[in-house]
Amino acid sequence: MKKVKSVNRALCIAFAILSLTVSCAHQPAASLTESVKPPTIGKPLPQISLSTPEGSSIRTYLGLSNATSESFILGEIEYNILLIEIFSMYCPLCQREAPTVNQLYKKIRADQKLSGKIKMIGIGVGNSAFEVGVFKKKYGVEFPLFADSNLKIHKKLGQVRTPYFIAICNQGEMKNRIVISKLGGIGDPHNFLKSMSELADCR
Amino acid sequence: MRARLNHITATLICMLIISTPLWATAKSFNESIYNPGLLKPIDSLLKLKTGEMAPDFSLPAVSGKTISLKDYRNKKIVVLSFIPAAWTPVCSDQWPGYNIVEEIFNEYDATLLGISVDNIPTLFSWTGQMGRLWFEVLSDFWPHGEVADSFGLLRSSGVSERALIIIDKNGIIRFIKVNDINQRPPLETLVNELQKISAQPKPQ
Repeated sequence: MKKVKSVNRALCIAFAILSLTVSCAHQPAASLTESVKPPTIGKPLPQISLSTPEGSSIRTYLGLSNATSESFILGEIEYNILLIEIFSMYCPLCQREAPTVNQLYKKIRADQKLSGKIKMIGIGVGNSAFEVGVFKKKYGVEFPLFADSNLKIHKKLGQVRTPYFIAICNQGEMKNRIVISKLGGIGDPHNFLKSMSELADCR
Repeated sequence: MRARLNHITATLICMLIISTPLWATAKSFNESIYNPGLLKPIDSLLKLKTGEMAPDFSLPAVSGKTISLKDYRNKKIVVLSFIPAAWTPVCSDQWPGYNIVEEIFNEYDATLLGISVDNIPTLFSWTGQMGRLWFEVLSDFWPHGEVADSFGLLRSSGVSERALIIIDKNGIIRFIKVNDINQRPPLETLVNELQKISAQPKPQ
């Protein structure tokens, strides 16, 4: 019994030290579960559900014209490659990057070969729908933006810092696999698009 | 024995709660943000309420000016955004968010004053990471937290609450929101209140 007590005491101390270490981390502490690992190239993306947009042009762009339910999953979008920007209205670098990301979107739209294959969405983590709307209006963002107000999606994606870019394939062996996983800006949109177009057939 | 097991369970639950952040961190601050962990949501008692005159104050700003509340009388609605501390997670993105909505403040003939108990050099370095801010950032450093305390917003640790105060053009407090320090107040709360106050310039 005495031995059990001392083991318990040791466990208590270990847990106390661990919780202190976690709470004092300089970065938002990583959780201990598998699901919150940051997105890794070659790995599948966790299933993400978003609210079905109301606007008909956004629905058409995403290939969701006939969607009837209130939410949809990423796999329902028509694409070869889906580029997801994880952003926040409150993040200075996301604000600074917005014009560059818009340029990338315009380049994709202007390219007849790529416009149907590469789609883009943004997910505002910790942002309300109102806050996402403010960002969209401020920077004239034309690709669909969604709100993740309760950080549910952010947790599934390993609580990445913002901005963060993830691209997934929707075809062949790479179906639902991550092909791009990048923290920070996209750099030159021309070069970024070039590297994306090389992945566009998901081979 | 059972008590000990309960203790272990409680510690484990506490550890899991602490390990889940309530915010998303922006990359621009790189590794500079200090995470104080989960804090007591509110740790002070308000000394003023809506309908009362706001106490006047003069504080030094990062811009080099001295800002007095009375200078805005009959000119602008004033939003005071008290934030607890520079270089902490939630605060480091609250003001950058306000920085892209100057148009909304203009629409309601309002201005924003950011206030922290940090000193000017710290505020200069920290807000410099946010880019150019359109609003004044005031230092309530000395006498330490005097302005925060005059509103009843000084916490026992010496930092202020995360609070929004709206003062109308007559100098009357029209809105007070002391937020959970661990979370950012949604922008729509502020915008809705500005809308109400500008539609009804005098309190009922």
